[in-house]
Amino acid sequence: MSAMETSVDRPNGSGAAALLAAGIGAFALALLAIVADKVVWFGKLMIFYKPTGPLSGVTTSAIAVWLIVWAILEARWRKRDVALGRTSAAALALLALSLLLTFPPLADLF
Amino acid sequence: MDITTRGLWTMIHGMGFGALYLLACSGAIVEIWRRYSPAAESPASAKDEAFLRVYLVVMAVLAWFAVLTGAYIVYPWYRATAPAGMVDLAGYPQLLLKSNPATSGWHSIGMEWKEHVAWLAPISITMACAVFVRYGRGIRDHPQLRNAVLGFVVVSFLSGGIAGFFGAMINKNAPVQGGSVIHLMKGGER
Repeated sequence: MSAMETSVDRPNGSGAAALLAAGIGAFALALLAIVADKVVWFGKLMIFYKPTGPLSGVTTSAIAVWLIVWAILEARWRKRDVALGRTSAAALALLALSLLLTFPPLADLF
Repeated sequence: MDITTRGLWTMIHGMGFGALYLLACSGAIVEIWRRYSPAAESPASAKDEAFLRVYLVVMAVLAWFAVLTGAYIVYPWYRATAPAGMVDLAGYPQLLLKSNPATSGWHSIGMEWKEHVAWLAPISITMACAVFVRYGRGIRDHPQLRNAVLGFVVVSFLSGGIAGFFGAMINKNAPVQGGSVIHLMKGGER
């Protein structure tokens, strides 16, 4: 069996799980950064490593969200095909939103 | 020719991991675009597939090293607080930038954006790497997946570029300096 035949049989769920989790993780990063900046107690809560300040907690928490969501989606989708068009559109939209929401003038609108 | 340890780490972070990542990113975009399209004129071979897998793993490592050295080694020096009454802010880049309206934007927009947007790069490229490790050349059979992964790699390039641009400009306006001095070479008389 060639590599191409094998891949045709391989469900797209695993790839979709990786995509959507990355989009959610990126969005979590932007969201946590905004909340840590606006809400004083949350900003203090995000100081995991004092010299780095709230950035340490924001990024560590976002990475945790990303990896946990990835593990859950991978477990649920790896053996099946999912609606990849909608999943990838959602993932790319979340990623684009994260790019925009990390831009301070836009983040300051909230 | 001297360099301080803080200057050296800043260089390793930006010109080492960061710039190398951006260079590699452009190569990955071209490779995924040209060789992994369902309509590719010269589809990737098994050797190409193995190469891209290693290439993406190296890129992911570079991206993580770039953000981790930035956040946990260089950034604490950048945001250090000066003792009360300190007039010379050369050793406190964030305060130095904020002390002048002409440079404060490099912190309030530049660093504030850079410190967060940079993390989109390792997240995106790690995902792309995982997908290629799993699907390899077979990603041609999943064009939507390939296109979405390509989109993530492009955004990773963009976010790395934003971080790199602001990093360079911030370091130009308020260099991270200090620590012990390393003598690189003795200059000649010309």
